[in-house]
Amino acid sequence: MYDALDHAHGGEGQWAFGTGFDEPLAGVDTTVPDGLDPADLGAYCLMLGDDALVLCQRLTQWVTAAPELEEEVALANCGLDLLGQARLLLARAGSVGVLGRSRALATDSIPDEDALAYFRDSDEFRNCLLVEAPNGDFGQTVVRLLAASTWRLAVFSRLRGSRDPVLAAIAAKGVPELTYHRDHAARWVLRLGDGTAESHRRAQAGVDAVWPLLADLFTATDVETRLTAAGVAVDPADVRDEVRDVLTLVLERATLTVPPWPAGQPSRGRLGQHGPELTALLADLQGLAREHPAATW
Amino acid sequence: MTAVLADARAVAATVTDPELPMLTLADLGVLRDVRAEGGTVVVEITPTYSGCPAMGVMRADLVHALHRAGFADVDVRTVLSPAWSTDWISDEGRRKLAAGGIAPPGRAPVRTAGPVPLQLGPSRRTASCPQCGSTDTEEVSEFSATACKAMRRCRACLEPFEHVKEI
Repeated sequence: MYDALDHAHGGEGQWAFGTGFDEPLAGVDTTVPDGLDPADLGAYCLMLGDDALVLCQRLTQWVTAAPELEEEVALANCGLDLLGQARLLLARAGSVGVLGRSRALATDSIPDEDALAYFRDSDEFRNCLLVEAPNGDFGQTVVRLLAASTWRLAVFSRLRGSRDPVLAAIAAKGVPELTYHRDHAARWVLRLGDGTAESHRRAQAGVDAVWPLLADLFTATDVETRLTAAGVAVDPADVRDEVRDVLTLVLERATLTVPPWPAGQPSRGRLGQHGPELTALLADLQGLAREHPAATW
Repeated sequence: MTAVLADARAVAATVTDPELPMLTLADLGVLRDVRAEGGTVVVEITPTYSGCPAMGVMRADLVHALHRAGFADVDVRTVLSPAWSTDWISDEGRRKLAAGGIAPPGRAPVRTAGPVPLQLGPSRRTASCPQCGSTDTEEVSEFSATACKAMRRCRACLEPFEHVKEI
């Protein structure tokens, strides 16, 4: 019976935890632009890719638990867009040979982006702390989605001019998606903040929980500094004012109190220093694939 | 070779979208190019959304259709730039969507280089009801069963319907 099923798939089962799609950058010219260190380019793609992968996982934790069906579909759709961005960015990192320790654990037939997603430990993840924090209630979830998508949109809109054409194309594709996420989250913050006493209280609690995590977002790592000088990356310090203006505008319109802007500090997440929340999230995300690394169906 | 290439183009143009099966990939604007490179038929497609889960099926369907038509050597390539826009859906594609009960998109927002303005008010999207044609419709949800659609309801005939959102 199983032999027959396997035969129906051409004698080669498909890896159980991947998409089974072909390589996402098939046919795209992945040559590294002149004068660029591939290790830097790959490290930067991991930062942006891991932000998207981890936030996607958080958003999809609402599936079957959101306040209403339409919102469940909305959060899952935002997650799906982010997963697509993560896939392209992790594939870009793989295309320049940045795979960390993942290849030691993943079998050869697993594509690079899946190896990176499933077979790195938390100290190899380069996401910011903002995206790994637990969801909290729905109010906190939409405040975090607003903050994360505002930052990402500001970075991606600048990255459209990156000297790496692959990164520029991924960013250009992401901009309309992120605009949709940001505006959707902003309208929810407005509705909750300027809603009932209870929704206001919860939205404010969400803001107060999310705000300290913004400290992690605006100080460039050495990789970002070098790549910004090379015309490839965006210095996160350059998007601080834009992000602060957008968030302040939304919160004020929502009658919420804007907490003091946190003092900038070197990003811990970008250096692989994460909280136990990320370890738990990765256990969920990776557990089955690691238990059965060669499983096919 | 020109005639052969025309055949290959015609075959590729019949392949339909797995999630909007009333549309061909050509109607949808996803099929960007079909050309010959030596003895290989090279097909270029572009994803609609970054996370569009249909890309793998589209790729496989293109390869199968061309193999069935006798083209042994087929290479389907992804192009990421320029990013897909709903403006690339053909007039024929828009007619087929409406006939299938899905409101076609209006004009996509203009893409500018600078910061993207925040849109805090209700969405400015409008769409006519694909059932009764009324323009008196409202958005029920900004998201729907696939990444590319929103959910609307007609105030005249009360039917809900999907709307391909403009990007």
